[in-house]
Amino acid sequence: MRLHGFIRKEWLQVLRDPSSLAIAFALPVILLLIFGYGISLDAKHVKIAIVTESPGPVASSFTGGLYNSEYFEPEVMGSIQEAVEALNRWEVKGIVWLKSNFARDYMKQKSPPISVMVNGIDANTARLVEGYISGVWAQWLELQAIKAGQTLSLPVNLDFRIWYNPAVRSRNFLVPGLFAIVMTLIGALLTALIIAREWERGTMEALLVTPITVTEMLVGKLVPYFLLGMGGFALAIFMAFFLFDVPLQGSFLLLLACSALFLVTALGMGLVISTISGGSQFVAAQAAIIVTFLPAFLLSGFIFDITSMPGPIQALTHLMAARYYVAILQTIFLAGNVWSVIMPNAAALALMALVFLLIVWRKTVKTLD
Amino acid sequence: MFQRIYALILKEFLAMLLDPKSRATILIPPMVQLVIFGYAATFDLNHIKYAVFNEDQGSLSRQLLSRFQGSPAFSLKAALTSDREIAPLLDSREVLVVLHTGPRCSENILNGSGCNLQVLIDGRNSNTAMLALNYIRDIVSGFSMDLQREHGGNLPPAHLNVRAWFNPNLESQWFIVPGIVAMLGLVVTLVVVCLSVAKEHEAGTFDQLLVTPLTPLDILLGKTIPGFMVGMFEGSVIILLAVVWFRVPLNGSLLILYTGLAIYCLSAVGVGLMISSMSTTQQQALLGGFIFLVPAVTLSGFATPIDNMPPFMQYITLLDPMRYFLIIVRRVFLEGAGFELLWPQFWPMMIIAGVTLTVSAWFFRHKMY
Repeated sequence: MRLHGFIRKEWLQVLRDPSSLAIAFALPVILLLIFGYGISLDAKHVKIAIVTESPGPVASSFTGGLYNSEYFEPEVMGSIQEAVEALNRWEVKGIVWLKSNFARDYMKQKSPPISVMVNGIDANTARLVEGYISGVWAQWLELQAIKAGQTLSLPVNLDFRIWYNPAVRSRNFLVPGLFAIVMTLIGALLTALIIAREWERGTMEALLVTPITVTEMLVGKLVPYFLLGMGGFALAIFMAFFLFDVPLQGSFLLLLACSALFLVTALGMGLVISTISGGSQFVAAQAAIIVTFLPAFLLSGFIFDITSMPGPIQALTHLMAARYYVAILQTIFLAGNVWSVIMPNAAALALMALVFLLIVWRKTVKTLD
Repeated sequence: MFQRIYALILKEFLAMLLDPKSRATILIPPMVQLVIFGYAATFDLNHIKYAVFNEDQGSLSRQLLSRFQGSPAFSLKAALTSDREIAPLLDSREVLVVLHTGPRCSENILNGSGCNLQVLIDGRNSNTAMLALNYIRDIVSGFSMDLQREHGGNLPPAHLNVRAWFNPNLESQWFIVPGIVAMLGLVVTLVVVCLSVAKEHEAGTFDQLLVTPLTPLDILLGKTIPGFMVGMFEGSVIILLAVVWFRVPLNGSLLILYTGLAIYCLSAVGVGLMISSMSTTQQQALLGGFIFLVPAVTLSGFATPIDNMPPFMQYITLLDPMRYFLIIVRRVFLEGAGFELLWPQFWPMMIIAGVTLTVSAWFFRHKMY
């Protein structure tokens, strides 16, 4: 009965405070729109300059391949100086340069070079562009061989298949990863701020002198925000399916269960932050951003692959709840119910939730003394 | 007038630095974040975990596969004996890549018909998959070329000669670390400034400020300068660490970099003050700051290129001061670009700073509750 009254009070507090409703419902929508549309690693229609100093059928057969590729938006330039200037002004990402002796050396079978220059500042895009150009080059070689009446016989042919995401659409792994960011924000930021505010205003101490037990208080704080968080999750799911067309290979129920588990962990994290920050909203907000949002973005495997990080950083990622959730999300969405991925990650999440709640429980008792 | 402003600035600094917790949040987390993110945020692939399934007894297939073993980018996890083992390994993410050579691989190389190297890649992270494929393509075509050369076969009719400018080894760190200067500069400045007015609104002391002889301009300066100095300090420390610790080459002039940093900090302060003066409670201000910060970082081009976004999103990024400073800081660091190339990035930040600061000054007077 006491608990019921308390939850009711918390619930009303949530509903009547527009800013917490905004975090729970407006924020997921805004975030999904921004991230879903704004973050993409698919470099398409990359602007490149083409300089052909030896025009002719051979050169144009190669540049034709660049025109036909959806990855490039080529622009013919009169001289290499002009192209270099465009590269310096960042108007093009790369230059393909067929020098004046290209056609002649080609005829003499001297294997002339096709010079490619890319702006390497954005190393990732530069690498993708290099890959696309070598793809065009390989196709061109094959075509030239067929034209000459031979079959191209390279000793080793690459026959590759990309599993789980055959269209190689970056949105298919970024949108599921977003769930982790949205839920982290709702769970951790919202609770951290709200509870810090209660301390700051002194209403928390008022609560502590009521007969309510610590456990009841924790449950009372968790339930309303848990419901809000699941509301945010429902919105996110809806947008992922209908706006971004992300396929779901695994079971929806499993996804729901894992998300609920992660939400509890995130809420626990928020409670810990607000308790430890000693009731300053400023500190709580800073801490929430620094230990929840940024790691969820950078250390979770959401964009940057964890296996590529140096050892100590990889070890550190094990402390990030988002890491486990992202692994589960990407697997359920793209690969299916792979228990060998889901079980250990879910167990880690459950453990973290337990530890967080235990810390809060202990800490809250102490402040009573 | 100067004395009055000086007193206000002094008061702002005292409020910020006297509280040990808020002092710590300004100083320590940014440094920790720089080091962690500097290492974590990488698109480079090291230790691509792979398994081989070699059905061939010949020596050539072994030579091909040993090239992967010799490459630092790959690390062998398992040698399979049946194709039933492939799916579980990929499903559970124990390996990213499986290389499969058929029983007649070596024979087919020798008789000229060519060996098919089957490559199966976990595409859950499509970017990683594409990069891994590029690495594999490089190794395989290197192997093919060497074989052809050894056996006196024909050279390919033309070859690619790729060079990356400004970042010859395509190191992600050179791209990300200068970006962190912009990201942390914005985060810290904004959080400091965001609260400065809202806190006084909440405590009621802002009304007191308004009845002092301070003019709105005085208040504006008094509120702007501390945040500006914190931003400049933060930026300087990170620039120093980028050069000394991460050894990112600083090719351009410090004068240009600092001019950019100063304008950038002003625009960050302007946005923060505008949010702060529009909100009545600290929580609103923090939320407002957050709602600005997340898209500002995401859409700035920090991790993923603006060029990959849909056009309407690209227009939104024009409002983001971080977008402009990111280009300045990266180009000054890696290209050594001068004012004439960077001018298009300077003036939009000036406009953002001017508009936001004016709006906040207006709000000082016109928001009284």
